[in-house]
Amino acid sequence: MKAFTTHRGLVGPMDRANVDTDMIIPKQFLKSIKRSGFGPNLFDELRYQDEGQPGADCSNRPLKTEFPLNFPRYKGASVLLARKNFGCGSSREHAPWALEDYGFNAVIAPSYADIFYNNCFKNGLLPVVLTEEQVDILFKEMEAEEGYQLTIDLPSQTVTTDSGHLFRFELDEFRKECLLNGLDEIGLTLKEADVIKQYEAERAAQHPWVFGAIK
Amino acid sequence: MTGRTLYDKLWDSHLVKQNSDGSSLIYIDRHVIHEVTSPQAFEGLRLANRKPWRLDTNIATPDHNISTDKTERDAGVAGMTDEVSRIQVQTLDDNCDLYGIKEFKINEMGQGIVHVMGPELGATMPGMTVVCGDSHTATHGALACLAHGIGTSEVEHVLATQCLVAKKMKNMRVTVNGTVGVGVTPKDVVLAIIGKIGTAGGNEHAIEFAGSVFRDMSIEGRMTVCNMAIEAGARVGMVAVDQKTIDYCEGRQFVPKGEMFDQALACWKTLTTDADAQFDTEVELAAEDIAPQVTWGTSPEMVAAVTASVPTLDEQPNEEKRKGLQRALEYMGLEGGQSIDSIYVDRVFIGSCTNSRIEDMRAAAAVAKGRHVASSVKQVLIVPGSQMVKAQAEAEGLDKIFIAAGMDWREPGCSMCLAMNADKLGAGEHCASTSNRNFEGRQGNGGRTHLMSPAMAAAAAVAGHIVDVRSFVGGDR
Repeated sequence: MKAFTTHRGLVGPMDRANVDTDMIIPKQFLKSIKRSGFGPNLFDELRYQDEGQPGADCSNRPLKTEFPLNFPRYKGASVLLARKNFGCGSSREHAPWALEDYGFNAVIAPSYADIFYNNCFKNGLLPVVLTEEQVDILFKEMEAEEGYQLTIDLPSQTVTTDSGHLFRFELDEFRKECLLNGLDEIGLTLKEADVIKQYEAERAAQHPWVFGAIK
Repeated sequence: MTGRTLYDKLWDSHLVKQNSDGSSLIYIDRHVIHEVTSPQAFEGLRLANRKPWRLDTNIATPDHNISTDKTERDAGVAGMTDEVSRIQVQTLDDNCDLYGIKEFKINEMGQGIVHVMGPELGATMPGMTVVCGDSHTATHGALACLAHGIGTSEVEHVLATQCLVAKKMKNMRVTVNGTVGVGVTPKDVVLAIIGKIGTAGGNEHAIEFAGSVFRDMSIEGRMTVCNMAIEAGARVGMVAVDQKTIDYCEGRQFVPKGEMFDQALACWKTLTTDADAQFDTEVELAAEDIAPQVTWGTSPEMVAAVTASVPTLDEQPNEEKRKGLQRALEYMGLEGGQSIDSIYVDRVFIGSCTNSRIEDMRAAAAVAKGRHVASSVKQVLIVPGSQMVKAQAEAEGLDKIFIAAGMDWREPGCSMCLAMNADKLGAGEHCASTSNRNFEGRQGNGGRTHLMSPAMAAAAAVAGHIVDVRSFVGGDR
């Protein structure tokens, strides 16, 4: 997995609450059997005037010019500034895949839906949680200044702006470690294979009906 | 020692290892697999030169993007007209064949929507941890399972290790006491709960549904409720074991028999919350306050009683709510203050992992019987949740009732709940739908979804607009 330590980048907006994963990557693109290539279809229905089709070239599709991420000033954004309960709904990991493929390295929002939040960490995408007031400040600064950038530092768990704000954010220690080191979680768990086997043997002895029925 | 909740008990009994960094390793008993969220996981296994940890834990079936049209379905995987979907379903078949994973293939008896299939085959049983790459996995919690959706990286993790790295959630109890009125169904109860706590109300929590309403509810009804826990933000929803749970499980295909069943039974009976257990969050609703519910907006929390009106901008407490409401009204093509039953519907969808079981089919048929779809309605799709539900409904003659009413009787699958196949809404079309999400574009680009119960959806099909099903009960035919 891609590691995340420090990132400085252009901030782009997604200024609405309860953005769902259907909105982030619509259903027709879930037919792919690949992990990559979802970036051109990120926010497809908000971004383009026509209906997107899987596998189709997006470079000449008509854009919805009123959609903020289509504004020239946000081109190349790598930090997505969003509102509360971002990523609600479907568990599709295609949502972080699409954000990451588009070029985002981090999302900043007051809260996230649980499954989306978890999925981000598996893909080197950092979901930063700040308070609603802090997110409001960042929205105002971003709107006021073209080319607005900020810095996210994972080791110190801080977001810093050029205007002098320093916001600390919280996250679980194990998630931080995995992200900092780009660790292979499956590899880590397999180091515990003996512990798993021991648990499994005990469970099979006490709950035999859980094992063996499906063949 | 203080008492434990059902969730505490399920968590404790699956804890493989508690790590010093606050994370835990949790054992997974049952892994349910479908075509959409698994191909990248199997590919990941191969790239890392790994194999599935255990085979008898997995059960697979295609459901999300298969056709519900009989002619196309009869042609099998090879006959799927959408080439991208065909490759995905073929990939599931190939992966299951390669590793020896039990799969109920496209037209095999047993196939169905993953969350209909698991319980009806007895593949999910009380006390299990159940995961699937689908957010509606909480459905299985109706059988007192610890069940939740996972992403594709975790699908691969479970395949490779039989475990998940997890953090314990908080405990929430939603209690609904009293008796619901005639025409008020499990769908209405769960929509009312979502309306009360909001789509983020259950974030970071596991919800236990408790109280007389759930005790009185059938297991299929409990599945409808647990299914939509995620629409209240909670990955996990569950109901404690009682005699109904045991009666439901006994005799199903993968449920043990004889002595082993008795052994299982002794274990299952402990799967209740202790009387002195503490919850982090408690929510209460009164059954008598719940009327048939309908969503009018673009989030499941945008819901109201069928007798109510669409909210107005003036009523909103703050600017954020006003902006959200305005956007939803524009998308839905509605005016604030218009009555819910003045909303006309273009299509009706009765199906999905929320409402496609035999009781749902019966409820819809009871309304449809002797009536006919309104001439203004373009299509009414009735999509049974599984091959077994379809067979049972046909044995009861329900298909004939639907067909006589001018409705389409289809083959099992997810269908228009998420519109990955040909079943979808056109831009601007309103749909009375028994599914679980009314997000923008969910049922088709520009489509407008109104979530409701199967009986309410059938009534809307007949009336041509949203209507209080209670006005149909005992009405003339």
